[in-house]
Amino acid sequence: MATVSLKKLTKRYGNIGIVHGIDLDITDREFIALVGPSGCGKSTTLRMIAGLEEISAGSIEIGGRVVNDLPPRSRNISMVFQSYALYPHMTVRENLGFSLKIAGAAKDDMDRRVAEASAILGLDALLDRRPSQLSGGQRQRVAMGRAIVRDPDVFLFDEPLSNLDAKLRTQMRTEIKKLHAKVQSTVIYVTHDQVEAMTLADRIVIMRDGYIEQVGTPDEVFRRPATRFVAGFIGSPPMNLHEATIDDGKLVFASGEKLPLPAQFKVNVATGNKVVFGLRPDDIYPTGHGISSGGAADVHQIELPITVTEPLGNETLVFVEFNGSDWVSRMLNPRPLKSGERVTMSLDLSQAHLFAVDTGKTLRS
Amino acid sequence: MDENSSARLKRRLFGIVYRVGLFLAMLTICLPGLWIVLSSLRPTVEIMAKPPVWIPQDISFDAYVAMFSGIGKGGIPVIEYFRNSLIISVTSTVIAVAIGMAGGYAFARYRFRGKSGVFLGLMLTRTVPGIALSLPLFFLYVRLGIIDTHFGLILAYVALNVPFTIWLIDGFFRQVPKDLAEAAQIDGCTRWQAFWQVEFPLAGPGIASAAIFAFLTCWNEFALASQLTRSVSAKTLPVGLLDYTAEFTIDWRGMCALAVVMIIPALTLTYIVQKHLVGGLTSGAVKG
Repeated sequence: MATVSLKKLTKRYGNIGIVHGIDLDITDREFIALVGPSGCGKSTTLRMIAGLEEISAGSIEIGGRVVNDLPPRSRNISMVFQSYALYPHMTVRENLGFSLKIAGAAKDDMDRRVAEASAILGLDALLDRRPSQLSGGQRQRVAMGRAIVRDPDVFLFDEPLSNLDAKLRTQMRTEIKKLHAKVQSTVIYVTHDQVEAMTLADRIVIMRDGYIEQVGTPDEVFRRPATRFVAGFIGSPPMNLHEATIDDGKLVFASGEKLPLPAQFKVNVATGNKVVFGLRPDDIYPTGHGISSGGAADVHQIELPITVTEPLGNETLVFVEFNGSDWVSRMLNPRPLKSGERVTMSLDLSQAHLFAVDTGKTLRS
Repeated sequence: MDENSSARLKRRLFGIVYRVGLFLAMLTICLPGLWIVLSSLRPTVEIMAKPPVWIPQDISFDAYVAMFSGIGKGGIPVIEYFRNSLIISVTSTVIAVAIGMAGGYAFARYRFRGKSGVFLGLMLTRTVPGIALSLPLFFLYVRLGIIDTHFGLILAYVALNVPFTIWLIDGFFRQVPKDLAEAAQIDGCTRWQAFWQVEFPLAGPGIASAAIFAFLTCWNEFALASQLTRSVSAKTLPVGLLDYTAEFTIDWRGMCALAVVMIIPALTLTYIVQKHLVGGLTSGAVKG
């Protein structure tokens, strides 16, 4: 078990920078998720930690030991690939035991550890099959088993669930969480799926264009997004984000419509400032069909026309028109609504976010 | 007749035509081989008969007996030729496959300057007919003193086969996902071990087929060998066939008998190796 520390970690291909000097400290037994859109450098970062990609500058420490130039085999890590990368010419048993065989482990030790891993993941019935005879979920489990057998300091996961169907993905997500509780090791998990990151990780690292936008617990990145990008990336459906100008304690939108300036931002902005106003769907709802987190004074009532509704059973996503575009809202305990109907919406402004237009940084103090 | 039964009839009819067509094609391919076997077993009169005699009247193994009877009794040094052919073909195949593996792997896995140019260059060498090189090679070999040696012919055959083996093996390594070698490295392998433990076994069938092709090319090659060898110590079997030609006559029966002797090892080898040419071995490696 070990800590992982990235210091000014940089990756360049020729003149093209992929990762721009990121710093990150991961504590022992922590589950860290690297999340971001494709091309944000998260996979490259993971591959640099694994030793599959050379680093251009900076350093990587695992368990306090600098591993910059060590080959993957000397880093005591294991990795689960998106493609699973099972050895097709070996049985499940041989796949699981491969690292031990290479390390020259004794036969009975090998059998014992393979049996342990196989018991944890429920692979006992599959041990003599080849990867081609397994389903996607089974292959995924074998790939994880192969990682467990090594008893590594750090587990690396590279989008391990992207090739599974939706149902299996949810199931495997739970298994990964249980697994982490059982084996108690440091995990670095790369995904583009923010739901995976939110559900699994102790802390989430949100990356964009080779920079870290924010590091924080799922709660922090959800409730206190540091930048406009994080606000838009985390949460589903995404936060409503619209530009506005501050005018005498009010937010004035492009269409001329106004909202009161949320109290928590009054000290940080002045008249004339251009800002991005953000409000999660959870904080807009037809009056009586949502939960407000702030006091009654923070809830602003406004009548808006409905454009579309998306019923999900336990809730309905209601799209209302405001400032010339659709704002998505979440209606709990739904009742039937029709398009074009005008309903009174509650906007819980205590949960609103403001970001600077130019830097995208939050204006919360 | 309704649509379904007419469609069924059509499908059956097509099946029959398809099989007859296949049979005719196979017959065309196999007939020369059969003719050679037949010709090795019957007298010259029957071989040269017009119209051709399809069913042999008089079968004898005289040609085979004569072939092994030694000089003066119609024999030729088959054993020596066979040994030369074997040494030259096996050695040059092993070398060509070794180089082909290294080259094919490099082309499949690494990026380097001038990669496509080098690859194209290698392929272009295949466009030069081997026979066009025989005269320059002859002079060169004479100067170097490697004319009429195993070494000389092995060298020529390696050069002949390397571009082809590189090209073929490159394709097979491309089919082995890169992730597998990376996974192996994380599992504790060195780059070298990852290659031998994972990538080589998976590209194995491809490498085996490259080896067969290279071997058969060497085994059957005549043009270069006829120029670069002249004595019993280096002549290969195809060149040995010429021993059956005299100034005014050709011993067709003997020649066919030797051809049959030549075909047998090549056929056996192909038969043995083709069982290992199982495609789709990499299925199940990545996603699904």
